[in-house]
Amino acid sequence: MCMAILKKVEQTMMALNGDEAVAWAVKQSNVDVVSAYPITPQTIIVERISEFVNNGEMDAEFIHVESEHSALSAAWGAALAGARAFTATAANGLALMWEILYITASTRTPVVMAVVNRALSAPINIHNDHSDTMGARDSGWIQIYSEDAQEAYDNTIMAFRIAEESLFPVMVTLDGFTISHTLQNVSVLPDDVVSEFVGVRRIPRIKLPRIHGDKEIPLMLNPKYPITFGPLDLYDYYFEHKVQQNEAMKETFPIIERVHREFGEISGRSYDPVFMVPYRTEDADVVILGLSSTMSVVRKIVDDLRSEGKKVGAIRLRVFRPFPADHLRKELSEFHAVGVLDRCISFGGEGGPLFTEVRSALYGLPSRPIVHDYIYGLGGRDLPHSLIRKIYEELLSARAEPEVPVVRYVGVRE
Amino acid sequence: MSTWRPDIKELARKEMQTRPFESGHRLCAGCGAPIIIRQIMMAARKPVVFVNATGCVEVATSIFPYTSWNVPWAHNAFENAAAVGSGIEAARKKLFMAKRFENDPDVELDYDVVVLGGDGGTYDIGLQAISGAFERGDKILYVLYDNEAYMNTGIQRSGGTPFGARTTTTPVGSVIKGKVQFKKPIVDIMVAHRIPYAATVSSAYWNDALVKFRKGFEAEGPVFIHAFSTCPLGWGSETAETVKIMKLAVETCVFPLYEVENGQYKLTGPSLAIAKNPDRKKPVEEYLKLQARFRHMFRPENKWMLERFQEWVDREWELLLKKAGF
Ligand SMILES: Cc1ncc(C[n+]2csc(CCOP(=O)(O)OP(=O)(O)O)c2C)c(N)n1
Repeated sequence: MCMAILKKVEQTMMALNGDEAVAWAVKQSNVDVVSAYPITPQTIIVERISEFVNNGEMDAEFIHVESEHSALSAAWGAALAGARAFTATAANGLALMWEILYITASTRTPVVMAVVNRALSAPINIHNDHSDTMGARDSGWIQIYSEDAQEAYDNTIMAFRIAEESLFPVMVTLDGFTISHTLQNVSVLPDDVVSEFVGVRRIPRIKLPRIHGDKEIPLMLNPKYPITFGPLDLYDYYFEHKVQQNEAMKETFPIIERVHREFGEISGRSYDPVFMVPYRTEDADVVILGLSSTMSVVRKIVDDLRSEGKKVGAIRLRVFRPFPADHLRKELSEFHAVGVLDRCISFGGEGGPLFTEVRSALYGLPSRPIVHDYIYGLGGRDLPHSLIRKIYEELLSARAEPEVPVVRYVGVRE
Repeated sequence: MSTWRPDIKELARKEMQTRPFESGHRLCAGCGAPIIIRQIMMAARKPVVFVNATGCVEVATSIFPYTSWNVPWAHNAFENAAAVGSGIEAARKKLFMAKRFENDPDVELDYDVVVLGGDGGTYDIGLQAISGAFERGDKILYVLYDNEAYMNTGIQRSGGTPFGARTTTTPVGSVIKGKVQFKKPIVDIMVAHRIPYAATVSSAYWNDALVKFRKGFEAEGPVFIHAFSTCPLGWGSETAETVKIMKLAVETCVFPLYEVENGQYKLTGPSLAIAKNPDRKKPVEEYLKLQARFRHMFRPENKWMLERFQEWVDREWELLLKKAGF
């Protein structure tokens, strides 16, 4: 859901499903190397990219790896060697990459990956929830959640810029089947406009005084100026490096914002605010905060309830990592109650991952809203309108002293 | 293939000047791996980019803020070095063809990708990624330095550990004595991928090793080189005897030297000499007795272990002779 149309640029309206929208973005973004392994519901992305490459419509090397573990490993190697690298996966594929997620982020390697959100086994289930990317939340990747196919397209294009300017890998997520497999009208920018926006991969230059003196050298695998990537780092440096990595991640906020602003200028689709998108919140008493495609349904219920005179609103979080805690504190402090939608369970935890994070961000405020957690939609379970209404009703009547438990399951049979 | 003949003196001089692999690394005295690395560097025809799987070599040569590598070097994880190599080679090819850095005098894209893994990273956990890279035909030179156990984590058995050997996970107990299984035939497994070139090398035979590495670089497609690598700590051998042990492994046919060009097995160096003159084949005891990991096999009640070891070596040698046309 883009907030405003800035200006009209000539774009083609195409009927694409979310996976195809991602593939189109990759095709237009001067990607040098794609390595990927199929998994439902991501498969269409790699199928379309294969077609583009095999038809000569896309000038990239496609590495048909034998596993997701190798998919990310090869993308890492390619990015380190100076290429713009892309891969895509879902659920078990992402879980198989777990080790390499951390390595990619901690070596500050700008890989872009589309993750089509899907429930994790067992039992095996191909439908949507966020257990896969939430499991990867601490791995050091920027995570941008898309609401629809248009956003999946836009986010993928922006991701290349964000990754390369911040030196962080970026995960663009889209909900399995809900977005990946349903057709939508997607405004597709002209090839040359995207190509110019993303440019070709530029290699930053750094100084390594002890090895290469004062010379600024390209940060890549390069025999002219060799660099050692991925060394052993013991207790004398590791901690500092991790703290630096975390601080660097916080510095990506302005980069993410700037890239969105510049993208708005070429596409006419403005994502402002970038990190969380409010809907009818100005005078709202209570809001539902959540991620991805579910929030378009929630907005519909907001409209219904507003017409009944109820002061409700909604906020969609677009960027979950880095976590925009400051934005959230500003946005949420005045509400009576906030219902957090978590499409993920944290076994043995005190609520889902979004809830614990939101509550933790708000805890220090002198005045803060009541926060309830609503875990929903696991394994593709529907969240009908009636249940969203019920959540709003609960929030409207929530007492200042929150009832226990504050964590509920909505849409589950007892 | 290559008609290149190494001039050791000339190469040594060049190495002293460029020092692609610096001294001062923290590998053990007597470790076979650094010799292999230096031989790879000497045989290189172009600049190289090194990919290293997790293991002794990786941890001992890259302890931040130091590095032993004067060539571009990348370590990602234990089981994926071949996949990383594939990614680098794909990027190199793409950027080279797109003339991406043509006007940048600071970037070189005409290089060869070397992937280095231990026996654990090759026989076991990394096998899938290597198989994938070989099936795709990605041009990487994969070098296995085989010290026959997981040394970095403290001498546990691997698929490359020989029969009878004592490791910390195959201890010599009262019931089970050392490793029960024989070594996995890793070269045959790799050759079955129909790669253009595979070979075994022992650093004790410089000339043979350098020529094979060079052939590996020149081959059009993926290459597998199995380099034998003594580990004084894990094997319980004398540091000064590394080269002697590497020689004896060849002379006893425990580790024969051969190459496989497009599926054709060919014995080389001393192994070829033994094939022509079987009297030269030494008994395995001569090799085994220099290593504490086999000491229990010399006890009278465990004589059967020596016999089994010898039988296995003889059988494998016969198979190899057949494959090489003897
Ligand atoms: C996924 C994974 N499992 C286990 C380890 C622990 N580990 C690090 S190095 C190593 C053994 C390496 O053995 P090998 O490949 O034979 O090389 P060597 O150390 O003997 O030279 C192991 C088990 C790891 N790094 N990653």
